[in-house]
Amino acid sequence: MPTVELRFAALDGHVRTARMIATAVSRRAGIPVGAADEIKLAVTEACARAVRVNRKHAPTSPVHVALIDAPDSFTIKVADCGRTWDEVAAGPDGGLATASALLDLEPTSDDPPWWAATDDDSDDEGGFPPGLGLALIEGLVDEVEVTRGPEGVGTVVAMTWHIGFDAALAKQV
Amino acid sequence: MDLSLTTRQEDNHTVVVVGGEIDVYTAPKLREQLIDLVSAGSYHLVVDMEGVEFLDSTGLGVLVGGLKRVRAHEGSLRLVCTQERILKIFRITGLTKVFPIHSSVEDALAAHE
Repeated sequence: MPTVELRFAALDGHVRTARMIATAVSRRAGIPVGAADEIKLAVTEACARAVRVNRKHAPTSPVHVALIDAPDSFTIKVADCGRTWDEVAAGPDGGLATASALLDLEPTSDDPPWWAATDDDSDDEGGFPPGLGLALIEGLVDEVEVTRGPEGVGTVVAMTWHIGFDAALAKQV
Repeated sequence: MDLSLTTRQEDNHTVVVVGGEIDVYTAPKLREQLIDLVSAGSYHLVVDMEGVEFLDSTGLGVLVGGLKRVRAHEGSLRLVCTQERILKIFRITGLTKVFPIHSSVEDALAAHE
């Protein structure tokens, strides 16, 4: 059974709520500050993705977060209720696409790359390529598993940190 | 903590001082600020992120959008950041290649010379 479970309506403002709860739970579990920062960012990315997916396909369905504090690991599962694999970008090796590929950071021609070009008239509204949040998660988390949701609905992003716990720190909170 | 934004002019640059959390909820404010500056003719921007406590991919998206906008006017967007937890995000995504990152506003302004 998860240590803490949370369901929230698919609204951007609640992503912060989930972040605060994950931070509090990780602190209570005695997770070192560096890893706690990673947890904060990873849970934010996973929840923001789930909110977007639910809003597209199942706007009245909640996002589900489970925080599992085990003796030698900390796991967070974030589940959406949208179309399975939405906003999951696959790389050439079948794993998750890298941030570098999604952001087009490896120039393939002699033309200046996009960040040096002055003729980029793309209508950019700050929308990032779908899948970037997961690419960031993969860079942060020890173990990431992306699976089909229960009963074939939605996607579950499971993130696990293997951490040397500081028992003394855990007791203070 | 919410997002705070202040701007000032320095050596033909506009310095945007950002504080607090840049996430999916607050990033639109930063986006509007950058769009307003570029619309008003400020094409050389320094974004001071020393007071930023949290940054996610939405925030990165806004910075990338800002860079594209200033580049369309042959401008520049430099970042000031020494915080390891923020720098790490630029490293993971490879965006250290895209943004000049400086340790102080003075350095950022001097680099433009």
